[in-house]
Amino acid sequence: MSNISRRKLITTGIAATAGIAGLATAHHLARRYNLIPPDNEGFFGPGETLTYAAQRILTRHTLAREFPRSMISEKPFGNETDPPSDAFKRHQATGFSDWNLWVEGMVAHPTSFSLSDLKSLPTHSQVTEVVCEEGWSYVAEWIGTPLVNVLDIVGVLPQARYIVYFSIEPPWWESIDMADATHPQTFLTMGMNDGNLPVQFGGPLRLRLPRQLGYKSVKYINHITVTDSLKRFGKGLGSASPETGYAWYAGI
Amino acid sequence: MQATRRHTALVRITHWITVISFLTLLVTGVEIVISHPRFYWGETGNSGTTPLFKIPIPSSRDTVPTGYNYIWPDQNGWSRYLHFEAAWVLVITGLVYVIAGLLNRHFRENILPAPADRKWGAFREVFSKYLRRAPPDPAEKYAYNVVQRTSYLVVIFVLFPLVIWTGLALSPAFDSAIPAAVNLLGGRQSARTLHFFVSGFLFFFLIVHVAMIVLAGFWSRMRAMITGRAVPSERI
Repeated sequence: MSNISRRKLITTGIAATAGIAGLATAHHLARRYNLIPPDNEGFFGPGETLTYAAQRILTRHTLAREFPRSMISEKPFGNETDPPSDAFKRHQATGFSDWNLWVEGMVAHPTSFSLSDLKSLPTHSQVTEVVCEEGWSYVAEWIGTPLVNVLDIVGVLPQARYIVYFSIEPPWWESIDMADATHPQTFLTMGMNDGNLPVQFGGPLRLRLPRQLGYKSVKYINHITVTDSLKRFGKGLGSASPETGYAWYAGI
Repeated sequence: MQATRRHTALVRITHWITVISFLTLLVTGVEIVISHPRFYWGETGNSGTTPLFKIPIPSSRDTVPTGYNYIWPDQNGWSRYLHFEAAWVLVITGLVYVIAGLLNRHFRENILPAPADRKWGAFREVFSKYLRRAPPDPAEKYAYNVVQRTSYLVVIFVLFPLVIWTGLALSPAFDSAIPAAVNLLGGRQSARTLHFFVSGFLFFFLIVHVAMIVLAGFWSRMRAMITGRAVPSERI
C-alpha cells in the first residue's frame, strides 16, 4: 500500500467517524430541544426534520410581517369548505349563541369558554397575510384574543409540549408546538376586517397562526387539548394533514 | 493511450447529486404549480384577482378558474415534502462544492475565464466557431472555453443563489425571521413569480448544457464526468 492511499484511507476513516459522531450528536440535541416533528419517519422524514429544526431555531420568537390597513385585500379569497354538518347548521341557526370552546388535557383547570367569554378577554388585531400552500394569498385584518391568554387561564402544566385543536367539522384537526401556541400572533380569531368573522373564513372561531400556511389555521374550532405527546391522536403523525400526505409543520 | 485527469471526485460527486436533486425539484415544482397555474406581481394574488399571466393548463383545484372542465388529482402533499427535501440536498451539496472550490482553486483554475479571455473578442470567437459548427478545439477536452466558464459562473453564483433566495422568501416562517428576504423582491407573489422564472432559466441552461454535450461527444464527456478521465485518442 502506497503512502498516498494509506493517508487517504486514514483521512476518509476519520471523516466518516466524525460524520457519524456528528449525526449522532445532532440527533441527540434535536431530541433534547424538541426539534423533531411528529411526521419524522419514512422517506421524507430527514427533510422534514431539517426544515422544522432549522425554522424552529431561526423563528422561535419572530413576528410574521404585518401590513398597513391600506394593503387589506379588497377581495379576500375564502377557500372552499365541505358543506356544513347538521351540528354546525344548528349553531348557525342560533347565531352561534351557544358555541363553546372546551379546553382540557394537561391543564390545571379544564374550562369551557363561550364566545362572549372569549370576547371579554383582551382583544387584539393584526393585518397579516393568509398564505395557501397552493400559492395564492390575501391580506386581511384579523381580530381576536391571543391563544396564550386562554392557556394562561386554564394553567398549562409544565410538561405540556403541544396543543391539539379540533374543528366541529371532523376530521379536521391540527396541532402546534408550544412556541407557536404561545406566540403573540397566534389568535383565537373571531373578527375580520372590522366585522364578525364570516363562516366562509372560519367563523365563529378560527385558530389562526400567520407564520404557517393556511391549512394549519383550522376553521370552526370547538375543542383544544393540551398534551405532551401526539402519539395517541389519530395515526400519531401530529394532525390530520400528514394522514392525507401533507406536512405537519407548515412554516414553508 | 494515456488517460488524463479531467474532473476531481468532488466535482463529479457533487455534479451528479445536483443532477438528481435538481430534476426532483423541477418535477415537484411543476406539480406544485399545477395546483395554481396563475402568477401575480406584488404582495397578494388569488383566484379573485387579476393575474400577471396564466399557464394554459387545467389545475388540480376546482377553485381555480382555468376554463378547462378538468381537475387533475391532487399531488401537492408528496410533491411539497419531496421539493423541500431535495432543496436541502441541493443546498448542502452546493455549499460543499462552493467552499471546496474556493479552497482548492477549482473556481480560479477551471471556471474563472483566463485574463486573456476576459474580452468580447474571445466570446465572439467561440460563438462563431459554434455557428460554423467547427469541431471543438482539442484543448476543450481538458478545459472549458470562455463561454462555458461564463455560463457556469452565472449558474453557480447567480441563478442558484437566486432560486434559493426566492424559494426561501415563500416560507412565511422564514420571512418572519428575515422580512427583507421577501420585501426586497417586491412581495410574496413577486417572489413566487421570480422563483418560477429563475427555475425556467435553470431549466434552459440544462437543455443547452445537455445539447452541447451531445454535440461535443456524449460518451466522451459522460465518461469524464463519471470516471474523471479524458482519453486523448477518442473522438473529441
